[in-house]
This record gives sequence, C-alpha cells and structure tokens, in this order.
Amino acid sequence: MLLLECPYCGAKCEETELSPGGEAHIKRYGPGSSDQDFEAYLFMRENPKGVHFERWRHVYGCGKWFHAARCTQSLEVFGTYAAQTFEPPQEIKDKISAKRPGWSWRDFS
Amino acid sequence: MSMRLKTGGRLVNRASQVEFNFNGKRLFGHEGDTLASALLANDQMLVGRSFKYHRPRGIVASGAEEPNALMNMGEGAKFEPNQRATTTELFDGLSVGSQNHWPSLEYDIGAVNGLFARFLSAGFYYKMFIHPRPFWKHIYEPFIRQSAGLGKAPTEKDADTYEHLYAFYDVVVIGGGIAGLQAGRTVAASGASVLVMEQTAHWGGRAVVDGGEIGGQSTEDFVNDSLEKLAAMDNVTLKTRMMGAGVYDHGYVLGYERVSDHAPKTTGPRHRLWRIRAGQIITATGAIERPLSFAGNDIPGVMLASAVRDYVVNWGVAVGDRTVVVTNNDDAYRTAIALKQAGLDVPVILDARANGAGSLGDTAREMGIRVENGKAIAKVKGGKRVTGVAICAQAGSGGVLEEIACDAVAMSGGWSPAVHLYSHCGGKLNWDDQAVMFRPDLNRRPTDQNGEGFVTPAGSANGELALSAVLADAIARAKEAVKALGHKAPSTRVPEASEKGENAVEPVWLMPQGAGDKLRMKTWLDFQNDVKVSDVQLAALEGYESVEHTKRYTTLGMATDQGKLSNINGLATLADALNTDIPNVGTTTFRPPYTPISMGAIAGAARDEVFQPLRQTPMQGWHDENGADYEPVGHWRRAYCYRRGSETRAQAVEREILQTRKSLGLLDASTLGKLVVKGPDTGKFLDMMYTNMMSNLAVGKCRYGLMCSENGFLIDDGVVARIDEDTWLCHTTTGGADRIHAHMEEWLQTEWWDWKVYVANMTEQFAQVAVVGPNARKVLEKLGGMDVSKDALKFMQWADGTLGGFKARVYRISFSGELSYEIAVPANEGRAFWDALLEAGAEFDVMPYGTEALHVMRAEKGFIMIGDETDGTVIPQDLNMQWAISKKKEDFLGKRAQQRSHMVSPDRWKLVGLETLDGSVLPDGSYAFAPGTNANGQRKTQGRVTSTYYSPTLGRGIAMGLVHHGPDRMGEVIEFNKVDGSLVKAKIVDQVFYDAEGAKQNV
Amino acid sequence: MMQKGLSKMSNIQTAMNGARATGYVDVSEAPVTGMITLRGDLADAGVQKAVKSVMGAGVPATLTVTDADAGQILWMSPDELMIVCAYDQADQMVSDLIAALGDTHSMVMNVSDARAVFDLNGSATSEIIAKLAPIDMKSMPAGTVRRTRFAQIPAAFWMTSNDSARIICFRSVGEYMFNQLRNSAQAGFEVGDW
Repeated sequence: MLLLECPYCGAKCEETELSPGGEAHIKRYGPGSSDQDFEAYLFMRENPKGVHFERWRHVYGCGKWFHAARCTQSLEVFGTYAAQTFEPPQEIKDKISAKRPGWSWRDFS
Repeated sequence: MSMRLKTGGRLVNRASQVEFNFNGKRLFGHEGDTLASALLANDQMLVGRSFKYHRPRGIVASGAEEPNALMNMGEGAKFEPNQRATTTELFDGLSVGSQNHWPSLEYDIGAVNGLFARFLSAGFYYKMFIHPRPFWKHIYEPFIRQSAGLGKAPTEKDADTYEHLYAFYDVVVIGGGIAGLQAGRTVAASGASVLVMEQTAHWGGRAVVDGGEIGGQSTEDFVNDSLEKLAAMDNVTLKTRMMGAGVYDHGYVLGYERVSDHAPKTTGPRHRLWRIRAGQIITATGAIERPLSFAGNDIPGVMLASAVRDYVVNWGVAVGDRTVVVTNNDDAYRTAIALKQAGLDVPVILDARANGAGSLGDTAREMGIRVENGKAIAKVKGGKRVTGVAICAQAGSGGVLEEIACDAVAMSGGWSPAVHLYSHCGGKLNWDDQAVMFRPDLNRRPTDQNGEGFVTPAGSANGELALSAVLADAIARAKEAVKALGHKAPSTRVPEASEKGENAVEPVWLMPQGAGDKLRMKTWLDFQNDVKVSDVQLAALEGYESVEHTKRYTTLGMATDQGKLSNINGLATLADALNTDIPNVGTTTFRPPYTPISMGAIAGAARDEVFQPLRQTPMQGWHDENGADYEPVGHWRRAYCYRRGSETRAQAVEREILQTRKSLGLLDASTLGKLVVKGPDTGKFLDMMYTNMMSNLAVGKCRYGLMCSENGFLIDDGVVARIDEDTWLCHTTTGGADRIHAHMEEWLQTEWWDWKVYVANMTEQFAQVAVVGPNARKVLEKLGGMDVSKDALKFMQWADGTLGGFKARVYRISFSGELSYEIAVPANEGRAFWDALLEAGAEFDVMPYGTEALHVMRAEKGFIMIGDETDGTVIPQDLNMQWAISKKKEDFLGKRAQQRSHMVSPDRWKLVGLETLDGSVLPDGSYAFAPGTNANGQRKTQGRVTSTYYSPTLGRGIAMGLVHHGPDRMGEVIEFNKVDGSLVKAKIVDQVFYDAEGAKQNV
Repeated sequence: MMQKGLSKMSNIQTAMNGARATGYVDVSEAPVTGMITLRGDLADAGVQKAVKSVMGAGVPATLTVTDADAGQILWMSPDELMIVCAYDQADQMVSDLIAALGDTHSMVMNVSDARAVFDLNGSATSEIIAKLAPIDMKSMPAGTVRRTRFAQIPAAFWMTSNDSARIICFRSVGEYMFNQLRNSAQAGFEVGDW
C-alpha cells in the first residue's frame, strides 16, 4: 500500500487516505477542438511501465489535489508536487534523471 | 507408541492439568502444551485423513509448517475449521474434531479412493471429468462434492470480536529467535524504535531446543538476558503470539496478533490485526526443515527430525519408543542424541551421504547409536502408524538390505530459509548449491518508496544455520537497517558461540536415488493436497515445464500450508524430470499471508452496527418510531414509506400519495445535497458546471439545472438558488452531494485554479423538509413568522425568515406538482421543527411520506430522476431537455462531447411516456421489441422502460422510457417483454401524466 | 444570512443526544459546539489580519491548533480554518469575520449543526485513535490536528492534552463514530505495552 506525502500539508499519507485521479498534466480540449484532440483528451492515456505522473487527492485530509511522479514498476516515488502546474518541477525531473537516465514521458524528459 | 515422558519438557507445567476433547474423547494435557503435543502425549498418532485418497495422516511438524494436523475447532458460534494443532495452544475445555473422513477417523470409506489412485493422478480434474457429459451430473459432481474442501463451514455467526491497530516503527523485526532478538538489540542500541514480534508464545526459536553456548551462557540464558535488556528500553516493543502475516509496498506489514486464542474466556478481542508502517523490516523468520521423499513417508509416525526433537525437549513427549533417523545432513543427529538422552531407543541413523556426519556423528556413535552412511529408506512399513522401515542403499533402486522394527521415523532433507516474508514484496532468491537451498539475494531486496531495499533477512532466514553465523548475520543486517534509516550503527560485537564441525548437506531429492514407479507412487511431496513424486513427473512428461503451471496442474503447494514443506522438493523433482537444474525451474510466487489468518481479523471491528456507516438525518428518531420501512440511498437509509398496522408497502405508498395530493404531505428531504458556492468568479464557474445558465439567475430566485460530465452524460440535477451577489446554493441529488462537491473541487483545483471560488458542503448543516399539498401554505401560515403568500414568495423563489420560532430558509419549489415549500432549518433543530409541522398540520391530516411516494409523484409529473432516466449513457438531449441547455454559452462541461457524431445521431432513443393498454404496470427495465433479430439471433429492440409505477392518482400504471424516434411516434402502440416471457402493449404518450399546465403548483 | 438568536435551547438536539460510554478511555459526545469554516488563502495578509482581529489569535501553523480568546483555531488546509467556539456565539462570530475580511476573497460558514463532536479522556486516548485512524500517534502531541479517516468515515481530531482528544465528524455518521469509539475503548480491549 502506497505512502505519499501530501505537498500541501506535509502529512505522509497512506493510500487509504487518498483517492487516485488518473494521469496528470492532461490538457483540456473544449468546444471548437478537433475530434482527434478531443478523443485524446478524454481517452488516450500513457499506461507506462516505469516513470509516470499521476493525480491524487488527499481526500480524507486537506482535500487538495496533488501530483505524484513515481515508477509504476518498482513503486518508487520521485516526488509529489502541487496540481496547479502544467509540467513537473525541474527539481523532480532532475531527480528522475538521476535515477532513470534517459527517461521520457509524453513531452517531458 | 507416542507418550509423555516422566521428565523433561521445558514449556509444560507438569503440576497443571488441562482437559480437552478430541473427536468426543476426554483427554488431558498440561499448561504450555500445544494441541499437537497434547495429542501425541495421549498416543493420538492419527489426526486426520488426506484430501484426495483419505490416507491416514499424523502430525509431521511442530510449527506453522504443519500440513496434516488441521482440526475443526470449537462449537456453534465459536466453530472454526482448519485450525493447526501445532500452533494451537492448549486450554481447558478445548474441543476439536479431525477433518476429512467419513464415517470416522479410524474407518474411512473414502480411503477406497486410494485404490483408484492411478485415475486420480496429476490433472485428474481435467482428464477424467470432461466426458461423457451425463457422467458429470450423476457421478463426477457428487464425487467431487463429497470429497472437496477441508473441514466444515461454520453455520453460526462468529461470536468473537476483532480489531485493528495502526502502528508505526522505525524497524520491525519479525521472528523472536536468537537472530530476531540479537537484531532487535542491535537496532534498539541505535535509538531507533523497534517492534520485535514472535508468532508463538515463547521466545528463542530453535536455538533453545538445539542447545549450545553464546558468550559463555546457555542459549536459554542468552534469550532471557536479551529479553530483559530489550524490555527495559523505551524504544522497544516486544510481542509474542504475533505473526508477520504479510509484507507489502512501502514498508507496510501486517502483524496478526492472536490475543486470546489461548484463553478464549477472557474479555477482549480474539485477534488484533496490526497495520504497521516500518522504515525497515528485518525478517528473522528462521528456516523450515524439508521432508525426504521415500515410499510411505506419509504414514503417521514419520515426522520431521526437528519436530521429533521439539516434542521431546519442549513438551517432554516421545513420538515413539524406537525412532529411526534418516537424513542428508548433520542436524538430524541432534534429534538422535536428544532422544537417546531422554532414554529412548534410536535403532539406527540412516545417513544418505557416503561420508556421513562430522563431530555430531562421533557423539552419536559414542552414545551407542548405530550409524549407517550411504543408506536410505526403501519403504516405511505400517498403515495407521509406522511399524518398521526397509533399508536400502541410497545409490541403488531400493533393493532391501534389512528391515528394522520401529514406531517412528525422524527425517531431515535439509533446511530451507523461510523467505516468504522477504519475498512477498519482490525480494529475489539465489540457489546455493553448497547449502542446497534458495537464499535471499541481498543485492535484489524489495525496494521501498525511495527505491532502497527495505526488507532484510537475518540469521537462518538468510541461509545461515550455525549459531555463530546466525548471530553475526543478525548484527550485520541490523546495522545495515539502522544505517539505511540514517541512524548511526551501534558498535555491537558478535558474541562467541559454540560450534560443532558439521559436514555439508548433500542434495537428496528421491530416496533411494533410483526408486522405481512402484515406490514413487507411494512417495509423497505435498501431504495436504496428496501430490506424489509420480504426479510431478507425469506433469513434466505431459509438457508442463513452468513451475507455475505444474503447481496448478498437480495442485502441489496449493493447500492451506502453501507448500511450506513440499515446494522445494517438488521443484527439485520437476527439475530432475525436465533434466535441468533447480535455478532454471525457479520458485513459485510467495504470497501473503504467511499462514492463513482469520476472516474476523481482516474485517476487524467492521461488523454489526459498525459494518458500514449508516447516515442518519436529524429526524431519524421519528422515522424509527413511526413505522419507517427503509431503503438504502447511498449510505443514507431513507424511509421508503411509513407502514401503519397491517398495511402492505403498496397500500402505504398509495395512502401517502393520495393524502398529499388531497391535503398535506411532509417529506424529510435533509439528505439532498446543499453546496454553497461563493466568490467573484462563481457565476462563470457555475456556467461551466451546469448545462444551463446560472450566472444570470437573479438574487432571491431558483433555477433547475443539469450537470454533465466531460463525456456529455448527465451526472446530476437539482435546483440552484442565488443567495447574494457572489453566493449561490446548489442542491444536488441525495447520492450526489459528496460526489458533486468533489467534482467542483477537482475542476477548481486542477483546471481553473486562478478562479476565485470557494465551495462548502453544507448538506448536513440543515434539516430540510418538503411541505407539499394544497394545504402547504396554510400550515406554514399557522406556524407564522414570515410571508409565504403567493405574491410574496412566488414559485421558484426563496426567502429567509422564521417559521414558528425556527430560523428558516424557505424555497418555493416543487418536485410533486403540488403547491410545495422546501424548508431548511439548522440540523440540531430539525426534529423539533418536524414535530412542530406535524402538530400544526394535524388539522389537515398531515401525512409524512417516503421516497416511493416522492418517486411516483414526480413520475406522474414527468420529472426525470438521475439514476432512473439516466444510467451514465444518457445525455440531456435524450430526455428532450434542450430547454435546459444554454445555446448562448461558449462552453460548459459536456458541450464538446455532445457534439460528437454519435451524440447528435437522430437514432438515439428518446424519452416518452408509456401507457399500457390494459392499465397494468410495465415491468421495470423491460425492453420494447422491434421486428427482426440481430446477429446472435436475439430479438431486436427499440426502447426500454426507465421508470414505472402504479399511479394512485390516475388509478393505472404509468411509465417513462427511452424509445427510438419516440417523440415522433405519439399514439403508436409497441410491445414490451414481461418476466414470464409474454408481451404487454403500451402506447407512446406525453411523459407528463398529471396537471400538464402546472396549475396546481402555481397557486 | 439568517436571523440570529431565535433558537430555543429546548429545540436543540445534537447527533447523539450527549451519549457517553465508560471504558478504559471515556467517550462522550460534547455539548452543542460552535464551529465555523473559514475558507481563504491563509498566507494572505488580509486573512491573517482578519482572523487576528476577531479571534485575538493568529492563523495557526500547518497541522496545529491555536487557542484564541473565545475558542480554538484549527488548521484544516492551506485555505481553510475551523474555528471552534460557543454554540450561541457562532453566528455573531461569522458576521464579525465576514466584516473583518471585507473584500478579501473568502468564505465563512457556520457549520455548528453539520458536525458531531466527541471527547476522549484517559491516558490511553491515543491508543483508541490508533485503532481507527492510520496515523502515527507518536507524531501527535497536544496542540496538533489531523484530518484523516476513522474506520470508514472522514474526521478531524486534535489532542486537547496528552490524555485527551476531541474528534469532529459529520453529524449524520455520529452514531457510527460513537459506536466505533465505544467498542475500541471497552475494558479488556487494551493493547498493553506497545
């Protein structure tokens, strides 16, 4: 059972205090978007074996959504960060690079 | 025969007498006995029958690895099957029965299966029971039902209580032998917090039985000294009767504490499941002795050599008068020596190794024990107990050299580290050719959230079997663990320990080496699931090369002991049959729990009134007292109706509807979601949340709104009220309150985080009552305090004020089609307000009504219900609700999705009313047939019923449904299926059945 | 928003009617308690100033409780406080806070009726919580607060002393919370040294 640190309240939370929210950094496409973009927004997901970026909510605690960078294979957590961002903080990307050289995920690497 | 010796037994209190009952027989033991030691002390060698062949089976082991001695234990509400005699502490009044036999343990008809053994070989389910088909029902199934399963299922509700405990430690040490205690001492000295748990009631593990000296002390003194030192430290927790059940991701460990199994009459929980987070876990779980594979190795009286030794040393119990020891390693000599020291006869030690043992062999010979090197057991003689052994050369094919009479056989096939807990979370193993065992690879330990190893095996669990090596390993591993936590490793030194020069173990996977078919068919690998050497060889012959496949095909290791004794022997047999080596075959996956834990412990406290939270409104007490017939709505329980006297549900619902439409009804609507949304950007935000426009709602007014997901589908609906310039109150469905609150938070936090909006879930702050019916206004006027007249409070408006002294917010909205007010008061005053309404309404024969009346009345008005008309695939357009979809808004959640080709297709089924020609009630969910059949030969369909009720108002069945081109087919008659297979004709009509002009609610 | 001071005490009924249970830790429902939710950026100077001016105490540090002139201030999230006060003062305090916050983006709601409040008293208080909530109680000295899960429901609790705690949950699940606490605290269910 995972242990993730909520970046808002600093609490180390066990998985039962959290609710998962799927993939992070998804761009919303609304009216006027192409069928292809809209399909990708709603349905297309990475599902990688390795480095992944996810959304979690500290639902039983402070109620805040946050992002987690972790490895889906080893369950190593590279870091958690606020949800109000379009890309992972450089510090976390550096940490992943140190541990998983050559990693890439969508447009990030 | 097995018996209690006159002396000895370090764990039993000989002054005590404990009475227990086995298969109806009154027997006696001592405090400190396990059920197994007490049974053996009473010469109860036969303890059960095997699963497939119903062969007689006796106790094999002395601990958690025992495969045979499983008991039906207790009676009635305290009954539990498959309790291990070896891990059950004896208590006064204990009552057990053996399992898997009929009619009795001694005479079992099922033993005839043994005669058909060659038909019950590996994969027999697959091979035997396919053809011919009729045999299945009349022969195979009854046979399987008769023989399937171990033990009986309980018939009564468990009388015991259980609980959980969340605990956090820097280090958890699993296992209270010398490795665990030494590791605990080393960790504790660093200042880290540590829990040391031991699954039995006693500390010290094997070392206290095996003897030797540590730092000039006996092993027993060393253990006591360690315990004293640990107990004195604040950062140490010591727990016996607590098993490490499983190791999971990120340092999660389950500790299964058997609080009162040994003393069932004490108050308190039976089991407590410790849900532990540890920074580091040290598995000092010891090693498990392997059986040897020779013909007749399952006959009662054939036991692990270590277990024979345990029974003598720990409990003063001799398994037999004359015990033959058979081994491939030096450790079993300790058993021979211990037996001899207890005054028992050891006719011979059969050592399969040509060179035999080291110094322990010399000791044995000096004590007068005959030792035969290079020899093996060809076959054990006996039926329900051992009567002798036939001896042969290990190198041959089983030619008998000599027969020796004996009543017990102590076997040792070497030791396997108990790597289960180390492996649960992915710890990898290496095969050690020298030590003949799989041992943990410390470079490939399970990793935690930081990517670092967090489970470390220590002592015998790490493959170290000698006393000094065990202690050295425990200290080294503990130092690594505390360093990994950032603590400074203490300067613990390895104490000196006595050593016996031991010769190396040699691999012996079959005895004798060249045993033929006949012997192999009587050579057991898995005692509990009745898997023999010949079964595994057959599986290999039939092409099962993967160990995981062989396991499932033969059922090797799939019994409740999960193959603790059988797995290594089984995969060595498989490797041999496949002509490869053991590491190539590999192990099956180790999965938690280490041994089965009770269902009660898993559930913990969650049973009876706290099985799950049941949400209550402030008026629940009144509902309870007035015949409420509840239905679950989410975690709420809402009154479906209130039954009076001998009324049926239907009669109660009819009464409630008629009286409400005629005069006055009350509904407890407190469960409706009430989300307050506030801030300068709220209008903009709600315009995104709802399909219709909310930003232009005037203060003081209400508007019905629809919410869709980004996929375009309806997810909720409700009335929105504008409270002030930057505050709105959004009503949600009962089930939607938490979900829609979370939905709003998600969009605010993760998409529009720069918008200035706050949301508060105020659902439970208010008790809400719907006051409904032609006399609704009169009763409010009677309570007095605010103007609720037609002109002062118009339909779809709200106002704050007081009613009968209660501060109240009154919404003039209607879900029934009647004149209706929904009134919110502070929750703590909800009951008093409800009572006041009942009192004031008495003159109008006020009628509290339940959710079914609510549903019927809304259906009479043609109002949709989320969850009835919607099922996650329905868009507002399907429900002809274009009027609630803003065309002016550039964007709202679901807008883009509703433009997809499938969503704008004219072929989507659309909402209509349905009226049966015969006035009957359409079955819920039934389908309307269309001409023709689909590719599967099924009738085509053209619509389905979404809501259907008997309408007391109209005196007939009414329904709504989604029908292909429905709104264009008014008046057309289509046919719906009924449960009995017949059809019923229904006319497509407008969905509003009652007061289509809305005159009633507008008075 | 609603008129003030109208409630008759005889009309007021808490979720569990003041239920109590005696065990190795005592469990009791607190009398009616005033509770106010304040939403606003706690790092914002305007919010800090408003809280200070009305409460006589500042915004508490993350995961802590501050004693104020007329109650306690609990940290709930980076943009949420819970203010605990006398039940009959809550409406006034809401008005005062709204006035003090002025144009600062914020929300203040009286949630006194939306919650059930329980008190634990006894030296093993933290053990009872450890049976229900996945929290390291060693990290919860007096004055700290956590929002978490108690068995299957959300709740907040804070240590009012080393031997006592106060727990807040939704009103509708008050009975569930009370029963869980009572069962956990029964005599004979002590964990012992740990």
